[in-house]
Amino acid sequence: MTVLVSNRYGLPLLLGQLLALMGHGGAFYLEVRELEEKCFIQEIPDGTVVIGNYKTELYDPAMEKYQPSPQWINLFVFVKDPENKNLLARQYGPQGSFTFTSQSPGEHQICLHLESIRFALFYDGKLAIHLDMQLGEHTNDYAGFAAKDKLTQLHLRLQQLVEQVELIQKEQEYQRWREERFRQTSESTNQQVLWWSILQTLILVATGVWQMRHLKSFFKAKKLV
Amino acid sequence: SALPLLLLLVLLRAERPRGAELTFELPDSARQCFHEDVERGARFSLDYQVITGGHYDVDCYVEDPLGNTIYRETKKQYDSFTHQAEVKGVYQFCFSNEFSTFSHKTIYFDFQVGDEPPILPDMGNRVTALTQMESACVTIHEALKTVIDSQTHYRLREAQDRARAEDLNSRVSYWSVGETVALFVVSFSQVLLLKSFFTEKRAGPRALHS
Repeated sequence: MTVLVSNRYGLPLLLGQLLALMGHGGAFYLEVRELEEKCFIQEIPDGTVVIGNYKTELYDPAMEKYQPSPQWINLFVFVKDPENKNLLARQYGPQGSFTFTSQSPGEHQICLHLESIRFALFYDGKLAIHLDMQLGEHTNDYAGFAAKDKLTQLHLRLQQLVEQVELIQKEQEYQRWREERFRQTSESTNQQVLWWSILQTLILVATGVWQMRHLKSFFKAKKLV
Repeated sequence: SALPLLLLLVLLRAERPRGAELTFELPDSARQCFHEDVERGARFSLDYQVITGGHYDVDCYVEDPLGNTIYRETKKQYDSFTHQAEVKGVYQFCFSNEFSTFSHKTIYFDFQVGDEPPILPDMGNRVTALTQMESACVTIHEALKTVIDSQTHYRLREAQDRARAEDLNSRVSYWSVGETVALFVVSFSQVLLLKSFFTEKRAGPRALHS
């Protein structure tokens, strides 16, 4: 892994996270087969930055442990927003990170699957995806802030508090939006129950009257009444 | 001069609390396992809650690297489990919906390993005590974390209730339409059936005459 030393604002976030992943094995991992799609749901307010750091590994049966994936194993990431629009549909290498920002509040679906791009050969062994998804204030690069603006430690702490409060505010606005949707659904159910009951009672009465009149004329015609 | 910054970044990221909160869908009769490498002596916690599906319950178990089950619960709606790792290795926690034949569940879980690191690594190994301002910041930070956790809890409960309300709404809709259609069908069939009784009777005497 080549090290970029030219940027005086600190190394890219990506590089730092990759190094951490390689050093410590990253966050939890799940075992998959090739082309097996695993989907996750994130319910987030709008304007939230989500960063997913991942690392993939191949299970080596000979050594009975996981080894880092070769370059021909690629991760496909699909992110759908609450209106089922594609926010992100990209192919990534065996390790790295993907990021997206939510445009509308609600449930976002993040689907991942691995595919080998070499000669379209199918790999039928076990694979592992290490995943670490961070959102909100955890995506901030405090070291970068410190270097760039020469902030003191106290200032950094305050910055962290400000980010937390903004996250809380955003979540509360999102909560208000959801509560309104919930209320609309409940009111719609209430209305439906009311109007359908009235309609059905009217239909019942109307068909009853129609039945009586129709049968009365029928029996009169048959000279039974 | 970028090298110390590189080291800073490596340390910063490397000491991050590993783990995440995720929501995923567990199909019926399926099991999903997650694995995490934990150091000896590290404390990890697992919170999970079933958001939608069936009776809102799921089986969950946690195994240590030696294969011992350190936590096992069946048909739980939500629970919280913390454990101090005695063995270094890969711990696995699994959610099972194998007891259900047709309802797939949406499950939220939050798995955290270790304590939260300081935002800059050298903040952790201070020789002097914190100033009053810094102590106040720490207190506020902890309080805000509680608020965020409580918001998450609220959000999950609301998602559960909203899913039920939307389900109720669509069921009322379908059933109402179905009932109205049935009402019409039954009324017309009643009349037709009744008429057919008397029409047959009528055909009897006519047959006798001819």
